Amino acid sequence: MYPSRFAYDAPSSVGEAIAILDRSNGEAKLLAGGQSLIPMLKLRFASPERIVDINNIPGLDYMRTDPDGTLHIGALVRHEDLEFSEDLAKSHPTLASAAALVADPLVRTRGTFVGSVCHADPQGDWAATMIALDGRIVAQGPNGRREIAMKDFVLGPFTNALAYNEIAVEAIIPPVKGTAKGGYLKLERRIGDFATASVAIALDMNGATVTRAGCALAGVGGKTIDANAEISAALVGKTLDAGTIAAAAEAVAGAADPRTDHRGSAAYKRQVVTVFVTRILTSIAQTEQKAA
Amino acid sequence: MTSLYEVIPDAPGEGVPTRRVTITVNGEKKTLDIEPRLLLAHLIRQGLQLTGTHVGCDTTGCGACTVLINGRPAKSCTVLAVQADGREVETVEGLASAQQLDPIQEGFKEEHGLQCGFCTPGMMLAAKALLQRNPNPTEDDVRWALSGNICRCTGYQNIVKAVLWAADKMREQ
Ligand SMILES: Cc1cc2nc3c(=O)[nH]c(=O)nc-3n(C[C@H](O)[C@H](O)[C@H](O)COP(=O)(O)OP(=O)(O)OC[C@H]3O[C@@H](n4cnc5c(N)ncnc54)[C@H](O)[C@@H]3O)c2cc1C
Ligand code: FES
Ligand code: FES
Repeated sequence: MYPSRFAYDAPSSVGEAIAILDRSNGEAKLLAGGQSLIPMLKLRFASPERIVDINNIPGLDYMRTDPDGTLHIGALVRHEDLEFSEDLAKSHPTLASAAALVADPLVRTRGTFVGSVCHADPQGDWAATMIALDGRIVAQGPNGRREIAMKDFVLGPFTNALAYNEIAVEAIIPPVKGTAKGGYLKLERRIGDFATASVAIALDMNGATVTRAGCALAGVGGKTIDANAEISAALVGKTLDAGTIAAAAEAVAGAADPRTDHRGSAAYKRQVVTVFVTRILTSIAQTEQKAA
Repeated sequence: MTSLYEVIPDAPGEGVPTRRVTITVNGEKKTLDIEPRLLLAHLIRQGLQLTGTHVGCDTTGCGACTVLINGRPAKSCTVLAVQADGREVETVEGLASAQQLDPIQEGFKEEHGLQCGFCTPGMMLAAKALLQRNPNPTEDDVRWALSGNICRCTGYQNIVKAVLWAADKMREQ
């Protein structure tokens, strides 16, 4: 299989890339890691007139933390950069635990965090972490930059809020107040498969008390399921014990909207969500106890 | 300068735009005019006649087409050849010198790490990338690093042993 013909540009600056997108009136596609786009080109699900490859733009592969703790993830940060970052494992446990579960190690050398969010696959792992962490995307176009909250960024399956002449230049993860706790668990039939069900949880803790709680699910609905309201109602202002954990698991599983398919029945997937929420929260509670 | 289309049959028609790229393949610099839609796997196999790189699934699922691009393993069926411009590509042909097998190849021989051999080039390059990053891997590290490469024959056991054998040998050297 090979793609249909396209014109190819490899600009060396974001400005140049935006100018090319702007001139091509929506007939161009941006190429980042290519791990979703190239398979689609080969299957001819996509046949853009022009490909704008951003891999030769220097300075987009940064992960930077501001003094206040805000994390910036540049457009060319690969999945494996997040997987192998020791700092991230300490500062952002939700992202760190998801990183090794995205696709397979070969896809992770090329695929990008930001590209994955832009691709807006309802089963994407990073989208779930972005919802749980209340992340934002920074879009840059001919008229400058704007920030788009993750909950407004994905308009539907494989559809994002970017204009045709905008590039997502980075993702922003807001700072944690207190201690960052969290995790990501994913059930997959084999490595490289999308989630049968997955759960992203991100908590801000002040001592043993939960001060902010975020949660999102992949694989259990036609879109990434935003369960922030459910987990907040169950946990904010409380400590983690068997009772609050069970309440949170039940509330989050209630937000899931799974369908029966080749990956399992709806009831099974909902049960997996219950178990994963319980496991993530129990493991946080246990490390809390050890620390105390 | 070689024009790729002197060697591969489906040359682009009159007027089809090509792009000039310079790619270092197994240490040798190649300057080529290629169509942007040409996949790296096809450039390597048809264009450069390096048929050690295999195409298995052609749908980004099996890892048989794995090569190293600037040292990192990637599925060459899912990279455009133009994306390798200015970069270094290593294929399985780059592992051995005329006199000496690479320790990874020796490991596969010693531990019977292959049967039909179809997955082997991809396995070896994924293993090379692992050992460069982590010279002292555990069995679990090896299994994890090779989890993007599928083998239909061996049951993986001997592949894992082969990579651990190579790690030992490379640490001794
Ligand atoms: C075998 C396999 C298994 C996989 N398994 C998983 C999995 O388990 N979980 C998971 O989440 N993903 C999985 N993926 C998808 C993978 O994570 C992709 O890397 C990711 O979806 C897309 O990121 P990319 O950088 O490769 O983007 P590309 O493929 O380059 O682009 C994807 C889309 O996003 C657009 N885009 C990319 N970057 C930008 C940008 N900066 N600004 C604006 N638009 C942009 C492109 O135009 C394109 O439409 C898998 C892929 C494969 C091949
Ligand atoms: S042939 Fe490239 S991954 Fe299977
Ligand atoms: S040895 Fe036959 S596929 Fe691996």
